[in-house]
Amino acid sequence: MTRFVPADLAELRDAVADALTAEEPVEIVGGGSKRGLGRPLQTAHTLDLSRLSGIRDYAPSELVLTAGAATPLAEIERALDAAGQMLAFEPPDWRGLLGVPDEESAGPTLGGILVCNLAGPRRIKAGAARDHFLGFRAVSGRGEIFKSGGKVVKNVTGYDLSKLMAGSYGTLAALEEVTVKLLPRPEAVATVLFAGVEPAAAVRLMAAALGSPHEVSGAAYLPPGTQMPLALPGGPGMVALRVEGPGPSVAFRRDSLVREHGTAGTAETLAQSQSIAFWRAIGEVAPLAGLGNRAVWRISVAPARGAELAAALAPTLDAVWFLDWGGGLIWAAVAEDGDAGAQMIRQRVRGPDGRGTGHATLVRASSGLRRAVAVFEPQPAPLAALSRRVKDAFDPAHILNPGRMVEGS
Amino acid sequence: MEMPLPDAGVILRREEIAAALRAIVPGDGVIVSEPLRRAYESDGLTAYRQPPLVVVLPSTVGQVAAVLRYCQTEGVKVVPRGAGTSLSGGALPLADGLLLGMAKFNRILDVDYANRCVVAQPGVTNLAITGAVEGAGFYYAPDPSSQIACTIGGNVAENSGGVHCLKYGLTTNNLLGLEIVLIDGEIVRLGGKHFDSEGYDLMGVMTGSEGLLGIVTEVTVRILRKPPTARALLIGFAETQDAGNCVAAIIGAGIIPGGMEMMDRPAIHAAEAFVHVGYPLDVEALLIVELDGPEAEIDHLIAMVEAIARANRARSVRVSRDEAERVAFWSGRKAAFPAVGRISPDYYCMDGTIPRARLSEVLARIGELSGQYGLRVANVFHAGDGNLHPLILYDANQPGEIERAEAFGADILRLCVAVGGVLTGEHGVGVEKRDLMGVMFDEVDLAHQERLKCAFDPDGLLNPGKVFPQLHRCAELGRLHVHAGRLPHPDLPRF
Repeated sequence: MTRFVPADLAELRDAVADALTAEEPVEIVGGGSKRGLGRPLQTAHTLDLSRLSGIRDYAPSELVLTAGAATPLAEIERALDAAGQMLAFEPPDWRGLLGVPDEESAGPTLGGILVCNLAGPRRIKAGAARDHFLGFRAVSGRGEIFKSGGKVVKNVTGYDLSKLMAGSYGTLAALEEVTVKLLPRPEAVATVLFAGVEPAAAVRLMAAALGSPHEVSGAAYLPPGTQMPLALPGGPGMVALRVEGPGPSVAFRRDSLVREHGTAGTAETLAQSQSIAFWRAIGEVAPLAGLGNRAVWRISVAPARGAELAAALAPTLDAVWFLDWGGGLIWAAVAEDGDAGAQMIRQRVRGPDGRGTGHATLVRASSGLRRAVAVFEPQPAPLAALSRRVKDAFDPAHILNPGRMVEGS
Repeated sequence: MEMPLPDAGVILRREEIAAALRAIVPGDGVIVSEPLRRAYESDGLTAYRQPPLVVVLPSTVGQVAAVLRYCQTEGVKVVPRGAGTSLSGGALPLADGLLLGMAKFNRILDVDYANRCVVAQPGVTNLAITGAVEGAGFYYAPDPSSQIACTIGGNVAENSGGVHCLKYGLTTNNLLGLEIVLIDGEIVRLGGKHFDSEGYDLMGVMTGSEGLLGIVTEVTVRILRKPPTARALLIGFAETQDAGNCVAAIIGAGIIPGGMEMMDRPAIHAAEAFVHVGYPLDVEALLIVELDGPEAEIDHLIAMVEAIARANRARSVRVSRDEAERVAFWSGRKAAFPAVGRISPDYYCMDGTIPRARLSEVLARIGELSGQYGLRVANVFHAGDGNLHPLILYDANQPGEIERAEAFGADILRLCVAVGGVLTGEHGVGVEKRDLMGVMFDEVDLAHQERLKCAFDPDGLLNPGKVFPQLHRCAELGRLHVHAGRLPHPDLPRF
């Protein structure tokens, strides 16, 4: 078991080229916080990118930042905070969820967040990591250095390979440098909580709020019994809505939401620091993080279906669940028995006519289960074949994170 | 502009090919007559014209699939076309290629307010999508200037932008799902009404792929609630640098305007002569800043922007008092292109993006080049996102002026890249910027992009001659060059 730690782009290229020559695959590691995500890897060697780190270009007035791919997110966020800016897609730290102790990982890196395309609650308004990923330089599975995109937001020069890298889990290339788009950090934030709401009514309320002119930037539902790491006013069965922006605007919109939806359930509000803590906990999947012996599914569906799907899963799978993205994201913790409900969940997502869209990803489970069950949603044959051809285009010898997403690829 | 050498054999088989296609797309869906083919010979880059081999106008996805399967089997090239408004020659036909027009796919299939999305066929115009939902107070945000004519399918192919990009994103940030047909006739669905891809983000690479990867047959876009209030400021500056500083200060203050546009003196004068809305004529740069959102927020932000403008030596500041005035502020900018068309027999609209901080320097250099080439230029700038549209004025009837205009334009694009920007911000590469791709990408970069193409279209039948300066065969691109025997850094741990 060898660990190669390239110091720069040239060494990264050599490391991948050597792996190619030797026909020996590698596991790519950034901060090591998400090694348990995806199918388990069985490679003899590790390609540790942690030295490819550091902010290389940051001009706040350009709203763009370029950094080594393995720059710790914490370092990036410190620099952005100082300039009153942020990564609008609210990258979450899943170490708690994935049970990664502090000794094992210094935390998420910008590159890791991008290749796993993770985003927090603000995704419904601001988009996912892929929507803020402007360009990169990398070494492909062919052992070749290549770049794509640029350092500006308006760019349609050539294929948008940044989108392809996002959510590719290191199976196409090893990123060395990344450029992301930034937005100003809002001056104020407030959260409105409505308690005593049933799931179906919750989804309707969130839809109404998200379709209102109040620019809601977070919409989550915590069913009765949900455990959160902070004390919350109100009661069980809680819809949470976030508004952000200049102080007077936030106050006005918060009050409007209370006024417009107050009959749905008793309304409470969270001020600045409590709001920040609340939505961070949602992004970190706090309600399920403590249930270490359970498998965790991340299910993406049309928001209007969130309650119906959760209600179907909960009794059958004895699931502990909650909703984010207005109902478009269902987090569910289930027992590791059998296939952990894989077939049942995926069938429900497809719906009775088979035309329901969405997918279920097994985010946390023992390595045995992640080998036995398809971690990522299986694709129809033509799409699977196309994805395979895309993989082969970038990594024909399958040396980069082989099998991380799909067995045999 | 060199295009791939036409296959004479295919051209000779025109009638036979048309007959085979008529078996798939009946009636008037297959056009062979020369005068009717000529109607499709050009898109918005009118300097280039080429009647296609045959025009096919399918109306169902089954027909599209069968047509593409036929083309793959017979080795016939395909050029897709939406409304033909491309300014980069993306829909320029090939003499030996089929022109696949998607105009008959013109229905909106589903308006879903609960999930805040619209499902539309690719031939629906950009503005018609907003039209379908504005009664309920919603709209589709990306708004290219050609939105009254351009189609959503074309928007996907070009990853179209518009004035509101910085705040609301480009097409790619507003797409939820696509149905596409590959060259082998396979129908593939990407995304849907849910968020995020379950695997590789192929919808992300399809967007902006300029008709090279597949044919879009259905589009799901997200719709947003129309902001309750929109107000604009019209700000004049004696110097471009001041305008640039003002833009930086607005962003530095944490304000993301709904729109922020800049015009230089020639553009201001042309626009004012055309629409007469009271643009200041004694300024070097005019900034139009639009703030949209909840009313409580807008009043607050207007005051901030006004203060920032004055702190950056604004010569004049006007704030729209009502909707009519806001529209008036914009009318000159929106009419900038036709306004320029009044003062010159022809104009060539460029499209590059630069880091905002380099604007004054770039405009100064464009001014120098204008002198060198002997051609006037007016500049319109999406100040929010750095996308620059220099309009080069020329007269096609003057010998050599088209060539001079193109050379001038190419120099501008090289300059954009040299200052850290890119060749195209929203119009696409098409044929227009194809031969400049090497300015931004080296051969290895381009080969990686071309291999992606090979995964979708191994025979290179979809829109060849666009985007990439050289056509390589996929077998050649697929070969791995392993550094056999060479081991640098012998002291480092080996596999």
